[in-house]
Amino acid sequence: MSVSPVVSEVRTGLRQNVTMTIAVVVTVAVSLALLGLGLLIGKQINVMKGYWYDKVEVAVYLTPDVTPAERDALNAELTADPLVSQVTYESQQDAYQRFKDQFKNSPGLVDEVNPDELPEAFRVKMTDPRQFAQISERFSGQPGVAEVQDQRELLKGFFKVLHGFQITALVIGIVQVLTALVLISNTIRVAAFSRRRETSVMRLVGASNLYIQLPFVIEGALAGLVGGALAIAAIVAVKIYVVDHRLAKSVVAFPFVGWGAIWGVGALVLAFGIVLSSSASFVTLRRHLRA
Amino acid sequence: MGQTAQSAGQLGVPVIVLETVTKRFAAGTRPALADVSVSIDRGEFVFLVGASGSGKSTLMRLVTREEAASRGEVTVAGRNLNRLPSWRVPALRREIGCVFQDFRLLPGKTVFANVAFALEVTGRSRGHVRTAVPEVLDLVGLGGKEQRLPHELSGGEQQRVAIARAFAAKPPILLADEPTGNLDPSTSVGIMRLLDRINRIGTTVVMATHDSDVVDAMRRRVIELDDGRVVRDQRRGVYGSPYVRAASRLDAR
Repeated sequence: MSVSPVVSEVRTGLRQNVTMTIAVVVTVAVSLALLGLGLLIGKQINVMKGYWYDKVEVAVYLTPDVTPAERDALNAELTADPLVSQVTYESQQDAYQRFKDQFKNSPGLVDEVNPDELPEAFRVKMTDPRQFAQISERFSGQPGVAEVQDQRELLKGFFKVLHGFQITALVIGIVQVLTALVLISNTIRVAAFSRRRETSVMRLVGASNLYIQLPFVIEGALAGLVGGALAIAAIVAVKIYVVDHRLAKSVVAFPFVGWGAIWGVGALVLAFGIVLSSSASFVTLRRHLRA
Repeated sequence: MGQTAQSAGQLGVPVIVLETVTKRFAAGTRPALADVSVSIDRGEFVFLVGASGSGKSTLMRLVTREEAASRGEVTVAGRNLNRLPSWRVPALRREIGCVFQDFRLLPGKTVFANVAFALEVTGRSRGHVRTAVPEVLDLVGLGGKEQRLPHELSGGEQQRVAIARAFAAKPPILLADEPTGNLDPSTSVGIMRLLDRINRIGTTVVMATHDSDVVDAMRRRVIELDDGRVVRDQRRGVYGSPYVRAASRLDAR
């Protein structure tokens, strides 16, 4: 099978349809970028969960007037508790140190806080963090205990917001994918119509279906390729300019997704874009280019 | 010339066979073809005549498998079209050249490119295209006009390009659906000479036509269809046979 007629068919096809092709490429790019962002936010949530859930534990905050005896008693009881795997005492000075570490990018805030304003606490690692209610019940209200706090609760709201972003990105992405499908199908239909003379002669003289459909499918695949490349560029831009240059500099409380995840998602999105748009063309042709 | 088969059925190798074929386009309607049995041998020249709507084009579309028979068997070039999977239809079409009343040339392509297109899209090599196209253009008498565009040519010349395209791959069968329908009588004579020449090289030619002059001048096999039925199949026929027409008209009443 000689290739040159296919190439020239593809070229004329793209030229005849410049505006439609641009619309397809942009829609594909936007849909894929949103899908990619959705996936990456999901990965970010996992990165943060892994990071925080390892560190975050139950905090048993002590009252400012706790006596050493009460403190020792609590320590002994916590250590003896079968639900508890590890207990660490954190003095006011330790708490201050940690506070300073966490907010070292906002020196003003650190200056305003004195070590004696922060409560001392027992940091408790549980054998099973889901049993928090039992621990809370057992220690709340004991002498010297101000509050028993499941720090995972603090993150839940945050993760909810992130999860909301993720769902939004994915939903808009999927809607965009559907739009892209309709647009591709329409473009291919127009292309098939504008080349109906050529295709009818091809059928007449016995060109194979593959040969007749190949130029259109290649056009679809090209749209997917270019759209996917633009989507990757957008994701990379977000990673460089939004995440690395801004967020990562001001937020040190957790790490961000790395380049590995970006390229992984990028490759996935690109492959999806190519498969999606070429199969959209193929399916359209099945219906509009039949003998 | 003339040493190869030219008279009906001389070689006796059937190349297009319809056996009790009925084609109905929608259930409950009058069939476009009703119980038609026709056998055309290799090397024959056959005229299909009959009024518009008598089923000539339907018959041709059954041969190229643009339509499938509702009942009966169609066999073309050794292939049973009833059992031909759709992916093998292109291979069938390569055995058949098609010519139409409206030429169906690609307006943006030169004469050369129009003919070459048919070879390229069926996978012929560039080298083959370079030699085969001038050859077939010489055969149809268009040597020297390779770089013209279709609109620069007369109707007769355009039809010659269409015939060159249909015959470029040397198919054993040539179907012509009213090829002289848009041409004046003297131009038609030229086209008929060309089809005759192609037939004498051994190609089976089936031509649907309303052109009585052409049929009467050629004196070849004539198959007449009326209302989807074969009402005449004559070895050296003429266009109109009054008694058959009268009889069929009486039948209709």
